[in-house]
Formats: sequence, C-alpha cells, structure tokens
Amino acid sequence: MKVDDALIDNLAHLARLEFSADEKAGLRNDLQSMIVFVEKLNELNTEGVKPLQHMSNAVNVFREDEVKGSATRQEALQNAPVADDAFFKVPKVIARQPS
Amino acid sequence: MRTAVFRPVNIRPNQVHLRFIVEMDIKHKYEAVIGLEVHAQLATESKLFCGDSVAFGAAPNTHVSPITLGHPGTLPKTNRKAVEYAIKIGLACHCEIERYNYFARKNYFYPDLPKGYQVSQHTTPICKGGYVTIKTEQGQRDILLNRIHMEEDAGKSIHDMDEAYTCVDYNRAGTALVEIVTDPVMHTADEAYQYITELRRLVRWTGICDGNMEEGSLRCDANVSIRLKGETKLGTKVEVKNLNSMRNVKKAIEYEIDRMIGIVEVGGTITQQTRSFDASNDTTFAIRDKEEANDYRYFAEPDLAPFLITDDFIQSVENALPTLPQALMQKFQQQLGLTEYDAAQLCLEKSIADYFEAVIVLTDNYKAAANWINGPVKQYLNAQKLTLEELTLTPGQLAELIKLTDDGKVNFSVASSKLMPLLIQDSTKTALGLATELNLLQVSDNGELAAWVNEVIAKMPDKVAEYKKGKKGLLGLFVGEVKKASKGKADPKVVTALLEQKLNS
Repeated sequence: MKVDDALIDNLAHLARLEFSADEKAGLRNDLQSMIVFVEKLNELNTEGVKPLQHMSNAVNVFREDEVKGSATRQEALQNAPVADDAFFKVPKVIARQPS
Repeated sequence: MRTAVFRPVNIRPNQVHLRFIVEMDIKHKYEAVIGLEVHAQLATESKLFCGDSVAFGAAPNTHVSPITLGHPGTLPKTNRKAVEYAIKIGLACHCEIERYNYFARKNYFYPDLPKGYQVSQHTTPICKGGYVTIKTEQGQRDILLNRIHMEEDAGKSIHDMDEAYTCVDYNRAGTALVEIVTDPVMHTADEAYQYITELRRLVRWTGICDGNMEEGSLRCDANVSIRLKGETKLGTKVEVKNLNSMRNVKKAIEYEIDRMIGIVEVGGTITQQTRSFDASNDTTFAIRDKEEANDYRYFAEPDLAPFLITDDFIQSVENALPTLPQALMQKFQQQLGLTEYDAAQLCLEKSIADYFEAVIVLTDNYKAAANWINGPVKQYLNAQKLTLEELTLTPGQLAELIKLTDDGKVNFSVASSKLMPLLIQDSTKTALGLATELNLLQVSDNGELAAWVNEVIAKMPDKVAEYKKGKKGLLGLFVGEVKKASKGKADPKVVTALLEQKLNS
C-alpha cells in the first residue's frame, strides 16, 4: 500500500491535526515504513486463528450500580484550557442565526 | 501543532416554511417507509462505566469523574445493572440475546464527547431481532426490530449562554443508554405513533427507563423515505431528529411524507439530509446535508473486558419480568370478564394495573374495582395532579367501599364523593367506620323508612292523586323526596318498594 498526501491529509483531518509540507513528507516516510512492516506480518498464515481483541483473558468484570467516585467541580475544571466556575468552554459550535 | 477544528453544523438557514398540500389521490400513489431509532436512558443510579450519579437536573459538571472526563490512566468498568436492564427490554421485545458481548469505540470529535470516542456495541448488539406489537385502526401488527444495543450518552452543549464560547456540561456523559432500532417497516405516521407509544409503555412497565421524553430520557429519531406503491427499492431517506414527544413523532413524519411527495410530484429529487422538527409550526427544516461518509474507525474497546451472558442469567431476568401489558389485558378480559376498554385503561400504566390486582385480591366484584379505579380514583388523581404511587387510599379501603355499596349500605355517589376523599385524608380509617361516624349509612330499617315515606305521602296529596290516576312516572319524585327527608341515607331500593306498596294499596 502506497502512502500518499491524500491519505496523510485524511488521517490528519480525522485526528484534528495540521501539518506543514515538510512535516507531511517526514510523516509519509514514517507511515510507509510502518505499513511495510505490517504487510510483512500479514504474510504469516493466520488461518483458523481467532483475532485477539483484548490483551487480557478477563471476562465479566462488572461493578455494582452504586454512586461513588465523582470529582468536585473545581477538580473537574482545573485542567480545562477555558472554563468558568461551572462549565467547560469550547469554540462556538453553532453559528449564530442572522438576526 | 495540535489544533481543534470545529466545523459549524446545525446551521439553520433563513427559510420560508411551505406546507405541501397533497391531494389524497396523489398521496395514494405513494408508500412511505419509516424506521425509528429510539434512545432510552437506563434507570440505573450510576453511569454505564463509572459511579457518577445519573440524576437529572444537577448543577453542571458535578456528576463527573476522571473516567467520565476521559483522563489518562482511568479504567472503566461495566455496570451490571445496565446489562440486566438491556436484557430485560430485549426479552420484553422478544429479541434473541447475544451471549458474547464486547464494546467498541466509535471515534469522532465533538465537544460533548469528552474522550474523543463513544463506547458503543458495534459488532455484537446485546439484543437481535424481536418485535413490538402495535394496534392501529387497520388491526394488530408486529413491528420488527433490527437490534437493541448498549452505549454511553454524550454531554450537553449550551450554545446561547456565552457570546464567544459553547458551554459544555458533562453530567450526562457516560449515562447508560440502549438504542432500539426498528427495521424500515412502518408505512404511516400513525404506525410510528403507536410504536413509540407501546415502546414507551414497555420501557416504563419493565422499569428500565422512566420514559420521560421532555427530559430526554427517551429520544426518538425517524428515518423516512417514500416510493411509488409496488416499488421494492427504498427511496432516499431523511433522518428527522429532535422529536421530544409522541405527538411530535407523528407530526414530523406526516409533514415529511407530504414534503417528499410534493418534491417528487413536481419532478424534483429528494436530498439525503438530517432534518430537525420545529414544534412551533409542525414542520421540519434541514440541519445538514449528507456529509462525506463518516469514518468512525470502530475497534474493540481495550479497556473493557468482554462479557458472557449465561442462560442462567437470562432465565433469572426473565423470571423477574412482570406480566407484560398486552398479556395482562388479555388476562383481565378472559379471566375476569372485563371489557376491552376497561382492561386497556387499567393497563395504561403498570402502577394502575398493580393497584387493580391488589384490590381484586380483596373483592370479587372485578367490574366494580375497574369502574372505581378508572372512574373516581383517576378523576381524583387528575384533579390533584398526583400519580397513583402517591395515592394514600389503600387497596383495602377501596375494597371496603366496594363492599359497602354492594351491600346497599352506602350508595355509589355518597361513597365516591364523600367517603373516598375522607379515606384518602386518613388512611387509618375504615370505610364502614367512617360511614357510621358521619351517619352516612343507608337506612333500610322499615320502621324508620316508613315514617319518611308517610311524611312524603302526607305532604303531597295532589301528586299522590295524580299517581293513583296512572301517572306512574311520579314514583321517582317520591323516592327523591324520601331521600331528601332522610338526608341521603334512605336505601332507594327499599324506599321504592315501600312507596309502591303504600301507593298501590
């Protein structure tokens, strides 16, 4: 599989990242070598082997329905880039309706 | 290097709403195809993967933990009760229960999604297939379900509080939901209305969700398309969101069907869109056209262990399932001889049916019990704006009221308008005790009644003469006068007999 600029741009968009032209060239090379590595692994015949979805063999790890463990609001908001004393704040998601 | 890019969505362009008036004969050429996606918030105490409370209406960002906020190093754990509830509604809808379950991450960025992904069941929905039986004017029909899966809810964005920012409250983020998805099998707005009504009753009946559409505990999106009758291929669909009442589900679909037919009839093409409902004028408006195909990059959630559901567990959930409303209606009609209407009224809410069942343990007069509950009891609750759970009239007190009227000791009107409200105020009183105390017991003692009867006859010689000449209709007047003289305590049956005896002699 060939890594091209369109693929880099799409992945960058999905990850909400922006790259300069120089950075993209470097990424293209890195990503290409990763893909070559995985394609090498793909040569192995895994017929009849179930995909490994979880690293642990644990199943049925449940908790009971109990209220506990909430943070205080102050703790919750302390790492937010923008907040007031009640809300996390993010750039406007909805454009204002023209009045 | 990392930047957050929020694309403006939900832009509502200035637009004129046009109502499409579609002639019935044109309408009959088309068939609508409707599928509903319903999100039901599970009635657990805590969230799906952590112990934050899910209580509605808390101060913003007070029901949040490091797990809800997606902090690094946190480890979510599945709420056992949520799994039980998902199975419960699955069994109530006749679904097949998936034995091997795991969660998946659905990856996308949106400010109300703190982790950058939603944990959902992509590949292995906990319930598959199944159906919900509805009744319309056309008769009874099973609406086939595609799946019911578990997932976590997102937070809430508030757009109009701050000039420069969108404010986000993560209290709701991580709340346990089930998404109940039908196949595209409904054809009219009324079918969709009956379906959401029945589904709401089922989630409330089984206790897995409070069904409150205004508070968003039950949310409905409708997928609507039209095609010429006889066509088998599905038309371009539109998804209508923001249907926060059962009425809105119906109105939005009615509008959407007419809108689509209107477009096709003038040679236009329907655009695949997401639309929203405007309840102020019962129309829908476009909120976004179909964007480039979303790439959610689902993969198994590595932080959550898969879970296996055993036959024993399913059996235990099934054993705890109450008799479902449609089966109970059948039972009330077939075993107790109630009319379909009475049975339906009693089965509108589980609390009503439970109350009725508690009363009929104490009386054999099932019809009277149904009449009392569907009549004076409901009128009282409506007038006081109370729910049946808040009613202090005990089933025992109601059974006594029924017995008092059956025995002719108190007439129905006195029992329902005087005794019932007083018994509600004092749940320690018995109906008989109170009737005695207030001197409301009907007198059927002949001596006392004869005195009142004689008094009335003596007082109205003209009427008596008319009666004797053949105006038999006057009997009612005499009975009324005797009741008046007795202050309502005279047993009308005995009075009538006494009057006839005396007047005809």
